[in-house]
Amino acid sequence: MDLLSLFRDLFPDYTLRTVALGSATLGIVSGALGAYAVLRRQSLLGDAMSHAALPGIALAFLITGSKETLVLILGAAAAGWIGTLLIMSIVNTTRVKYDSALGMVLSVFFGFGIVLLTLIQKRPDATQAGLDNFLFGQAAALLERDVITMASIGAIALLAMMIFWKEFKLLSFDPDFGASLGFPMRFLDILLTTLLVIAIVIGLQTVGVVLMSAMVVAPAAAARQWTDRLSLMVVLSALFGALAGISGAMISSTTAHLPTGSTIVLCVSTIVVVSILLAPNRGLAWKWIRSHRNSRKLRLEAVLSDLYLLTQQHKSPEYAHSTSVLRLMNTKQGGVDRSLEELEERGLVRRVDDGKWALTPTGINEAERLTRIYREKNL
Amino acid sequence: MNQNAIEVADLTVAYRDKPVLWDVDLTVPIGVLMAIVGPNGAGKTTLIKAILGLVSPAAGQVLIYGEPYERQRRLVGYVPQRGSVDWNFPTNVVDVVMMGCYGKLGWIRRPGQQERKMVLEALEKVGMSDFADRQISQLSGGQQQRVFLARALVQDAQIYFMDEPFQGVDATTERAIVTLLQELRAAGKTLVVVHHDLQTVPDYFDWVTLLNVRLIASGPVDDVFTENNLRLTYGGRVAFLKHNGYKEKTNLEQSAKLRGV
Repeated sequence: MDLLSLFRDLFPDYTLRTVALGSATLGIVSGALGAYAVLRRQSLLGDAMSHAALPGIALAFLITGSKETLVLILGAAAAGWIGTLLIMSIVNTTRVKYDSALGMVLSVFFGFGIVLLTLIQKRPDATQAGLDNFLFGQAAALLERDVITMASIGAIALLAMMIFWKEFKLLSFDPDFGASLGFPMRFLDILLTTLLVIAIVIGLQTVGVVLMSAMVVAPAAAARQWTDRLSLMVVLSALFGALAGISGAMISSTTAHLPTGSTIVLCVSTIVVVSILLAPNRGLAWKWIRSHRNSRKLRLEAVLSDLYLLTQQHKSPEYAHSTSVLRLMNTKQGGVDRSLEELEERGLVRRVDDGKWALTPTGINEAERLTRIYREKNL
Repeated sequence: MNQNAIEVADLTVAYRDKPVLWDVDLTVPIGVLMAIVGPNGAGKTTLIKAILGLVSPAAGQVLIYGEPYERQRRLVGYVPQRGSVDWNFPTNVVDVVMMGCYGKLGWIRRPGQQERKMVLEALEKVGMSDFADRQISQLSGGQQQRVFLARALVQDAQIYFMDEPFQGVDATTERAIVTLLQELRAAGKTLVVVHHDLQTVPDYFDWVTLLNVRLIASGPVDDVFTENNLRLTYGGRVAFLKHNGYKEKTNLEQSAKLRGV
């Protein structure tokens, strides 16, 4: 309850609090289950699922006449689930490949959904108002009741994920081995896919069918950058999803007419960009620094070895040579002067008059050590 | 013991309308180290997968120790092809080897201290103790193969099916794996190994199955691994060349033996 009261203090405004809570909920659930989708290379399946859910929402409204969140979510889930099974059976029974099946189901279902929505819009009564918000999401319309519905369904999905943790890990890493152990992999596949459908449909009202797949893929992709452990990846992914949800809700509340769903997606994209750039080991910044450091080290070693090679042709081990000779030997893109200065700082070479350089005794030792290492590596 | 480890009868598998295995009858006695050899597309992997129930056969039946496979799962260990999984998966060596316990653990139960001990012992046996906490993405091909073997050891099975355990490993690892397989056989286990290198069949194995969609021959290496059978399996020249290589080698070995080396 402490957490809840903290939330109340942070968000004194009812609407903002509801939207933030709802967005955090959808972020956590889609983030956690999205981790599996990304690891199983089913990132685009989320996109197909959310698009395929649209006709389900319209049909649920047409059949029941209700705009109750739970009803619409159930309709969305049913359609999303049927779409997914259709993709799987197309892949299994025809020569059509996964990506084509995905594209077909996505566009056919989405098109059908748009047709139904248009038909609904043309009805004379006003009960249909707001149904088209499912296209791009309309977080401001969230009620506390909706958030409770989302949170309960999401909690069930997360609980199932934790109960079958070991089985889902097996399914994601080595399904054949899992089947040889006697686990029903087809059933587990359908179960995990169903959980993913749940994660997606609870976010549709807030983020919309068009952008929802970002909430499945992006937090997981960002989390993968930071960790090499499945459990940590799932937790991080959920946290990133929540962070994006809350910050998106807050940012959109500060500016009039800034749609919440799209803002959340922009927030999660920012998290992805930061992760790709800065994450330790895998981050691009780290890779750049590492390769830069390596190439500088190699450049220094090259100049040192060249100087050593020249020195060996003379009787005095400390015979001086001009920079231009070294520059000729260095076939790579220059930097000889800078390397020499750095080697001088380290006490490996010393400057003799009129631009000539010679090895110091330490430098000779170091060059001999390097030569030895290179020779061993070649063997 | 009058029972056989594996009995396969009339096994036929087809992908769409193309038969991959045709009417295979195969009997493997307990305690042999058997190679399955045959050209590419001969159905070697499919045979293993069909025995394990991973592909459903169009016809035929499989008995493990006289009973259907579903009832004998605990007796069977499986080493899939190394390339069949994504080695970038976020997990470490212990975790992968631990998967060998999942079958005995059953649904939902998590591995505990006892399982961890078994895993570390298995890693010790395959010489991978130092790599227990290593990310699997950082392993070399030979190390990946050892991890898969350790996972099978943890299964503590009576029959092991291994799909190309020597593929892409260096000579040291190959030697280590062969030693391990022979130790397992000495402990009374039955091993079925998909193998590609005809040269080493007589050195490594005591039983061999020659397969090319149909079963060509199966039995002790000395009786079955003949030039004629190899020619039937691989067709004409290829078999002849490879077989000659093998013959020269054994001749050399025999003359070495005669000289008392």
